[in-house]
Amino acid sequence: MDKAVVTNKLTKRFGNFVATNEITFEVAQGEIFGFLGANGAGKTTAIRMLCGLLKPSSGEARIAGFDVYRQTEQIKQVIGYMSQRFSLYEDLTVRENIRFYGGIYGLSRADLKAKSQQIIEQLNLGSVADKLVVDLPLGWKQRLAFSVALIHNPKIVFLDEPTGGVDPITRRQFWDMIYEAADRGTTIFVTTHYMDEAEYCNRVSIMVDGRIKALDTPNQLKRSFDVDSMDGVFQILARGTSTK
Amino acid sequence: MDAIVIERISKSFGETKAVNDVSMSVKTGELFGLIGPDGAGKTTLFKILVTLLRPDAGQATVAGFDVVKDYRRLRTMIGYMPGRFSLYPDLSVEENLTFFATVFGTTISANYNLIRDIYVQLEPFKNRRAGALSGGMKQKLALCCALIHKPDVLFLDEPTTGVDAVSRKEFWEMLQRLKIHGLTMLVSTPYMDEANQCDRIALMQTGQILAIDTPTGVEQLFDKPLFAVKATETYQLIQDLRRAPFTETCYAFGEYLHLTTHAGVTPETVNRYLIMHQHQHSEVKPIQAGIEDSFMALMQHG
Repeated sequence: MDKAVVTNKLTKRFGNFVATNEITFEVAQGEIFGFLGANGAGKTTAIRMLCGLLKPSSGEARIAGFDVYRQTEQIKQVIGYMSQRFSLYEDLTVRENIRFYGGIYGLSRADLKAKSQQIIEQLNLGSVADKLVVDLPLGWKQRLAFSVALIHNPKIVFLDEPTGGVDPITRRQFWDMIYEAADRGTTIFVTTHYMDEAEYCNRVSIMVDGRIKALDTPNQLKRSFDVDSMDGVFQILARGTSTK
Repeated sequence: MDAIVIERISKSFGETKAVNDVSMSVKTGELFGLIGPDGAGKTTLFKILVTLLRPDAGQATVAGFDVVKDYRRLRTMIGYMPGRFSLYPDLSVEENLTFFATVFGTTISANYNLIRDIYVQLEPFKNRRAGALSGGMKQKLALCCALIHKPDVLFLDEPTTGVDAVSRKEFWEMLQRLKIHGLTMLVSTPYMDEANQCDRIALMQTGQILAIDTPTGVEQLFDKPLFAVKATETYQLIQDLRRAPFTETCYAFGEYLHLTTHAGVTPETVNRYLIMHQHQHSEVKPIQAGIEDSFMALMQHG
């Protein structure tokens, strides 16, 4: 089993509205997969189904081999999740957040201790380990949130706009962490509104009105649409016009 | 007379200097971008300029009125679109607009020409509750409400944050069209790629201004050799280049890495190094810095 994600005609309807419309794709283990689309294109609905949080209306999906209808508890054990809006408890300290998430995922006392030490050292958070998360700069919070999302060594981690609002250097440091995690074999499933970040992905899918309109490597997408940037590809697909 | 004049404004919250001795001015009719990440102090500066916060030190005028002493008169001259959706979700589209017009003692029809372009897209939904609109529509309605009293100066605080690349482009096109009405606009954004939409920009970081100039002027502040580099193994390439003796910084920039080096380094130097480290299909070309390159350089030396 070396596919992190496999879907077949995965669909979600809300009343008459088809939020996610028969999407079919695969993501390989260890791949950095960019999941792009305009606001309202159906990305969040799709991600919620893949995380086992929302039951599909029809179609199939397996996450690390687990079925999204019947094995949602197993799915939650093998995935990590981080969103820009909420990931850490701001009125807990750095150390408490790590312990809390580690505890939720059932890490042993010894593992938890080792993990806490490792994360705090790696992120250079020694001086603020006992400070409340609310007082950390946004960039630090985001890197901590990412490390916490990986605390149980998930097979796949979902990152929902992880870099929104941070400065350009911190944004790139964050991508360094993504590359490192992928290099260790973790599958990265990431959404972003920064089109330069789409270029950092191994493959990218672009959703428009609930469907996947394109899926390929950034290079191949640029070649097929005859543009020189992923922004160009995105503008053509999501807006229906060329900005060349 | 400049539309906005800021002289040595500071504002702290506890220990945090949110805005630290900032001075700048915005010309009448200018589309001016305040560009910086979260925590730069953009929103605090906006709140001071729209009279919602008093500065600890310094002074500022907007449309000729002092932001502290003349705040009552000033409030009628400005439009303000805060970063968070701030309309009445239980009122319909039309009711919201009517409400804002009435508060400012005017009517929708009196200033309709200013919002026509934008409002026609909302008109099919004019009876829908504002809270039930899509993100893009909410944003358009908020812009209409900020414009309906025909302000001299329009303040837009992060109107495009969290918005997809297509809608962001459309929003800037709306602002470009508004320029013909002679409005002065101050717009903040964390997206560096939006800088080129502005007449002039200020780069802001941790309460201070790093640079003020035209977008081209800011790009020209970058004074080191800069190369775009790529090879088959991007992750390995970044690691290797960061260890190279000639490297100052190396960051991912879309398809390429941007490599800043010491003076006098040529593409041949870099190429030789890449071959030595067995990189395949490598490409090295000197490039002009963009806004983001300048911002990152200023952050590191500022």
